[in-house]
Amino acid sequence: MAAPVVATGLTLVVGSLLFAALGYDPLATLQAFFIAPLNSLNGLSEWLLKASPLILIACGLAVGFRANVWNIGAEGQLIVGAIAACGVGLFYPNPESPILLPLMVLAGACGGMAWAAIPAFLRARMNTNEILVTLMLTYIATLLLSWLVHGPWRDPAGFNYPQTALLSAAAMFEPFDYAYRLNASVFITVVAVFLMWLFTDRSFLGYKMSVSGAAPLAARYAGFRESSAVWIGLLAGGAAAGVAGMAEVAGPLGQLSPQISPGYGFAAIIVAFIGRLNAFGIVLGGLLMSLLFLGGEAVQMNLGLSAALTRIFQGILLFFLLAADFFIFYRLRRIPEHA
Amino acid sequence: MDLFIAIFTGTIIAATPLIFAALGELVVEKSGVLNLGIEGMMLIGAAFAFWAVIAGLPMPVAILAGALGGAAASLLFGVLALTFLTNQYAAGLALAIFGSGVSAFLGRNFGSAPIDALDRISIPFLSDIPVIGPMFFRFDPMVYFAIVMFAVISWFLYRTKGGLILRTIGESPETAHAIGYPVIRIRYLAVLFGGLMAGLAGAYLSVAYTPLWVENMTAGKGWISLALVVFATWRPLRVLLGAWLFGGMTILQLQGQALGIAVPSELLSALPYLATIVVLVIISQNRQMLALHFPASLAKPFRPAT
Repeated sequence: MAAPVVATGLTLVVGSLLFAALGYDPLATLQAFFIAPLNSLNGLSEWLLKASPLILIACGLAVGFRANVWNIGAEGQLIVGAIAACGVGLFYPNPESPILLPLMVLAGACGGMAWAAIPAFLRARMNTNEILVTLMLTYIATLLLSWLVHGPWRDPAGFNYPQTALLSAAAMFEPFDYAYRLNASVFITVVAVFLMWLFTDRSFLGYKMSVSGAAPLAARYAGFRESSAVWIGLLAGGAAAGVAGMAEVAGPLGQLSPQISPGYGFAAIIVAFIGRLNAFGIVLGGLLMSLLFLGGEAVQMNLGLSAALTRIFQGILLFFLLAADFFIFYRLRRIPEHA
Repeated sequence: MDLFIAIFTGTIIAATPLIFAALGELVVEKSGVLNLGIEGMMLIGAAFAFWAVIAGLPMPVAILAGALGGAAASLLFGVLALTFLTNQYAAGLALAIFGSGVSAFLGRNFGSAPIDALDRISIPFLSDIPVIGPMFFRFDPMVYFAIVMFAVISWFLYRTKGGLILRTIGESPETAHAIGYPVIRIRYLAVLFGGLMAGLAGAYLSVAYTPLWVENMTAGKGWISLALVVFATWRPLRVLLGAWLFGGMTILQLQGQALGIAVPSELLSALPYLATIVVLVIISQNRQMLALHFPASLAKPFRPAT
């Protein structure tokens, strides 16, 4: 558990050096980046709102990462999930139906899984590297979304903006309080965290997945097929990302536009690692990562700094985390001379 | 005929950044290291070069700045992957994310004005030959430099002792270490070289190919370069052919959009990514050829036992 804490601390140190180098008072900027955003109820609501998709996706991805299945295209699966869910929300015959929202959750999961099934099939049956395929599919998903909102799904009453019509009230999660944006979709994340814990820590299948990641030969000897790990790993990530996309479109967004995610799919990869690929850690990692997103927005608005700082911090955090692992794994100790 | 020449030269130009990046990664992977961060190194290279041009530095210095930016970024990966023995997938991903952040941060004040692109040179006499001249002898110097780098790398890998050592390390670092070669140091050099080449590729994008600043201007070219190395089954000539194939794909879809072909422009834009997947699937079928040329120690951390 030490490595993530050390990495976070070092990231803060580098961050303050960076702020100082840019000519900002480091302490005041750190305060503006990491503390000020949480100083209000609205800030707390935004914090959880952004942490929710990150944690949800990271839980799904971690199932695959444990088995050495490298799905790095969650961003694309999120987009396709959002498209599928929004499609149901827009075109379901009865826009007031109470089953509309559950249907959309299902559609989001199916959309994400369908997008993840492509690399799963190609890896399991055609021996094709899933890293590159999931990434290429992310670019394609972005283009698909762009085509839909510029073309067939564009809101005719939308003044030519590239966006769909707004979803009906029944097709959206109700906020807990209309003053803030946090909504019931966080419960999906809570359930996902529990399921993920159940799967990885309490199920035989989850155990076999871990074995096939840590010791592929042993797993094969025990009769566990690699292709099952590939399918389960990718579909878990796809389903989680798809539902996260659904929750974005049926929550804070309310409609599709060309850009629906600030990079949740990529950031979730880092969250999964910070969280040590286990459920409890991922929750903490997601909260931290969400704060990085909030802080980036806050210093952009208040100090005129670039929101690109968020991605820089994400990268640095992951660098330090990986490096910290080394010092924990290979613990340094003095060797007596002439030993 | 003019259209043919335009497509031909466009293909060569579009392939140039891919050639730089993929050849650099080829050398890295031949040493047994997998650096997934090409996209990030390219973006940093692109930002550094563009920055240098805006600052009024001469073009060669700007391109050098791009290359050095890529190399500096690769060093971050090197320290993690080679000294700290981290998972190379994760370290490469971190570099990709970090690089896109750094380049966007540097680029926040670049504005949207185009710069004067790298000049093309007309080789005397040769460039005046009809058809042949415009097809082969009127490119900017970087296009020729990419071909030179291809020749140098092919020669180095397969005709020099240094290349043999590098490939040995990629196959079996234990053996190379036992013979007495400094595995980690050579891998560092390979990673730095890969960063240099990715930086060049990025610099080419921002000062020659599309001489204006757009955030995330590489648009997946770094990842496509990674795919090209697999497609090429780790052989330089096939990297070159693959880059031209993808360059041609890019130009054809741009021509298609310009001609107003009655399909959505997004579909045409998706073609290079689709093609990458298709090509990867096809190449993955030939397990024997992959196994033959695949550097056996790829992405496996190595720590010399002292």
